[in-house]
Amino acid sequence: MEFFRNTNIDFLGKKWYFLAFSLVFSVAGIFSMLFWHGIPYGVDFRGGTLVYVKFSHTPNDNALRAAMDRAGLHNAKIQRYDQPANNEVLIDLDVQETNEQALDRGKTQIINTLETNAPPGKQDLNNSSSLAIKNYLVDKDPMHLGSDADQKYTQQAQAIVDARDKGQGGVLSSFDQLKGTVDPAAAASLPDGFFLSDFGVRNVEIVGPQVGAQLRRQALLATAYSLAGMLIYLGFRFEWIYGVAAVVTVFHDTLITVGAFSLLDKDISLTVIAAILTLIGYSNNDTIVVFDRIRENIKLMRREKLSEVVNRSINQTLSRTILTAGLTFLTVLALYLFGGEVLRGFSLALVIGILIGTYSSIAIAAPILVAYQDWRIEKGKRPIAMPRGK
Amino acid sequence: MNKNLLWKLALIVGILLIFLFGIFGIPQSFSGQGLIAAMTKRIQLGLDLKGGTHLILQVQVNDAVKVDSDNAVEILKEQLNKRKIAFSDISQPDPQNAPDRVVLKGVPPASRKDLLDIASERLPEYDLSSGADNTFTLSMKPQMLSDLKSKAVTQAIETIRGRIDSLGVSEPTIQEHGLGQYQILVQLPGVDDPERVKYIMQSTAMLEIKQVLGGPYPSEQAALQEKGGMLPPDAMLLPGHAAAGSAGGDQSWYLVSRVSAVRGKDLRDAQASTDQNGQPDVSFTLTGEGGQRFYSFTSAHVGESLGVVLDGRVQEVANIKEAIRDTGTISGGSMNQQQAKDLSMILRSGALPAGIKYLEERTVGPSLGTDSIRAGVRAAVVGMLVVLIFMLIYYRAAGINADIALLLNLVILLGFMGYVGAVLTLPGIAGVILTVGMGVDSNVLIFERIREELRNGKTPPSAVDQGFSHAWITIVDTHVTTIVSAAILFLFGTGPVQGFAVTLTFGLLANLFTAVFVSRAIFDWILSRKQRGEALSI
Repeated sequence: MEFFRNTNIDFLGKKWYFLAFSLVFSVAGIFSMLFWHGIPYGVDFRGGTLVYVKFSHTPNDNALRAAMDRAGLHNAKIQRYDQPANNEVLIDLDVQETNEQALDRGKTQIINTLETNAPPGKQDLNNSSSLAIKNYLVDKDPMHLGSDADQKYTQQAQAIVDARDKGQGGVLSSFDQLKGTVDPAAAASLPDGFFLSDFGVRNVEIVGPQVGAQLRRQALLATAYSLAGMLIYLGFRFEWIYGVAAVVTVFHDTLITVGAFSLLDKDISLTVIAAILTLIGYSNNDTIVVFDRIRENIKLMRREKLSEVVNRSINQTLSRTILTAGLTFLTVLALYLFGGEVLRGFSLALVIGILIGTYSSIAIAAPILVAYQDWRIEKGKRPIAMPRGK
Repeated sequence: MNKNLLWKLALIVGILLIFLFGIFGIPQSFSGQGLIAAMTKRIQLGLDLKGGTHLILQVQVNDAVKVDSDNAVEILKEQLNKRKIAFSDISQPDPQNAPDRVVLKGVPPASRKDLLDIASERLPEYDLSSGADNTFTLSMKPQMLSDLKSKAVTQAIETIRGRIDSLGVSEPTIQEHGLGQYQILVQLPGVDDPERVKYIMQSTAMLEIKQVLGGPYPSEQAALQEKGGMLPPDAMLLPGHAAAGSAGGDQSWYLVSRVSAVRGKDLRDAQASTDQNGQPDVSFTLTGEGGQRFYSFTSAHVGESLGVVLDGRVQEVANIKEAIRDTGTISGGSMNQQQAKDLSMILRSGALPAGIKYLEERTVGPSLGTDSIRAGVRAAVVGMLVVLIFMLIYYRAAGINADIALLLNLVILLGFMGYVGAVLTLPGIAGVILTVGMGVDSNVLIFERIREELRNGKTPPSAVDQGFSHAWITIVDTHVTTIVSAAILFLFGTGPVQGFAVTLTFGLLANLFTAVFVSRAIFDWILSRKQRGEALSI
């Protein structure tokens, strides 16, 4: 099977269309970052408290909002998380409510607010640690174990927690759900000391303002170092202008990807930055493949104009470019569709970035080379030196 | 099959076996379940997959500096008095930002030489500089200051490790967090009770026994009033539990001596116990030297009161009936058995050299981790299948070649992780998927080149040869740039992100071997079986 054979598309002739396309997306992204959604920093960078709560029934967003308001958490944002059938809610406190003196106060407040109608003197089994359950069991000793109770009850407590977290996805709605995995006597003793609330906390992220600022600086530095690394390596392997062209291209990809996150108002988390750094490497791959071919063809086609050589090189590598991009895109799409909510931002960045990265190695990197050549000829200088050999 | 090829095949099979061992070790059983169990034993799962708590702590290193400069102040006062040098004031003007600075005022110019002697003999780690109006400033030498701060962090890590180890947390990570200043990264897999662990780590556990000079008072003002508005110079007020039946809420204040008779480092052992009423408490014993000091202190103060102070709070006040040698108890309000156990453990592990503050806290519940593993594995399987099937359809027989190379790539990647003890995180699983997507690029590059050479009329053996040699340069360049990005990610990231960088790097390194060496060997084998001029299925 073969999709592309001896294509002869004049890519360089379409450079103004490409430029217009890239400008529209870059400008839209910049516009959104400046005037619309801003840069949607995730909790890693802005600081704050995120509590992911799973309910045993469909949560009522308005009632939740009112409850948070009554608890004094006026700026709490409440969003549904993941598929509606999962009954998950993400409660988001901003950095003002995340005090470094008492980092987890917001979390405690949220949990206390949700724990309405708690019977006096009972603990909430859905939000109890295995240790608390063990202590209760040791105290009650429902299995009449006597001396070696500590170890046995630790096992039972773990079995209860596993039944809750692994069996029921984090929330028990009835004590009967413990049947089978937990000792009947131990299970029967639980209702005396515990009640079942209608929610369980799945995940908590609390980032203080200091760490947020620290991570922001580091993400920027990492991106800058990555770009500088590319520039140096390509300058060393080719000519400096190739390095510059590749870095401008990758910068363009980064800008459009971040801009897309701003336009879509999706949070940029640490893993999104990881995805962007991966894209810097990936987009460079594509560019290098084309550059390598240009380097090879320059030697073979000494009489042709550079634009001719570049066009030929792009066409020759087109099949590979589309195939690789297509396959990588499909794997990333699998990640986006099946990888779960935690990786959604990460895989979204990859989905966008792979499309842009492939496009840009053809539409941005190569025209920069040719434009630089034309400019030199216009200035009456020699055309660019042939890139160094292999 | 010629000798050269046999040798290559043996090498490939050998490597396959070595890395399969890396993934599974010697499994108990070869059933699906047995294999998964064997695999999870060798490849560590990250916190985001198995659940647990991740914390970043700030060590307030200035506390440690303050302790040292407080000591310097004491030495200075003692020496000045001894040599009869007059001074009007000695103070630490900015304990927050410059805790090492001590300012001495009103020293007569004639005593300047003596002062310099004191500084160089008794306080060698400090610089003494003189200012206007007979003012002298003592500040710690920069090298000493930074040594002291990093020592505080190292000590804090050791102390916290001791405490966490005695909690029985398996495989905790406790290390300096290189991304910040004086920060510690703590990762506790499987810990579902961060509150208790956080309390245990944060307690400075500074134990002191002081003489109680007055109290309890219902408030600080009441204490001041009784003392006529001025506290005695060698005394201080500390909060404590209210005596039973006293007015003024649940807090009361005690006037205690500034000097402690016994400090935390005099402690030999601490154990949870119960008092005569069956109420849990903590009893401790002192070291020989500490006991000696305690004995002389108690013999000198029979009939007076002493207080057990923990982290600046009076926990226990008792009347000294007779000289005590080396034991004591802390009960302080209503402790339950667990709290008594925890406190005795904290005391045994020793005091933190400086206070700590939490900067970041992430807790992943096990239910989310389980879901993440399921989703990650599903995405990986779907992604892999898409690539494997596509390669088969598009390149036919050569597709099998690529698929073998990809599967071997995966085995080497996972086996490598098993050997070096790398941690697999959720983004790490994504890295595995991405390795498949990007790894196939090498195959595509080579195959497309071979097709091109065949179109240009080359014979299959020479087309394969040309294809590999031309693509090789490109593959090296592309891999280097991606590995550079991954290395930078590893340096700047933590936890999950580092896991991603690790899998991506290992995956691409393995890819160099599988896509080039293994794939080439398979081509050579196919070509060796073909008649001259027979077409290549690609």
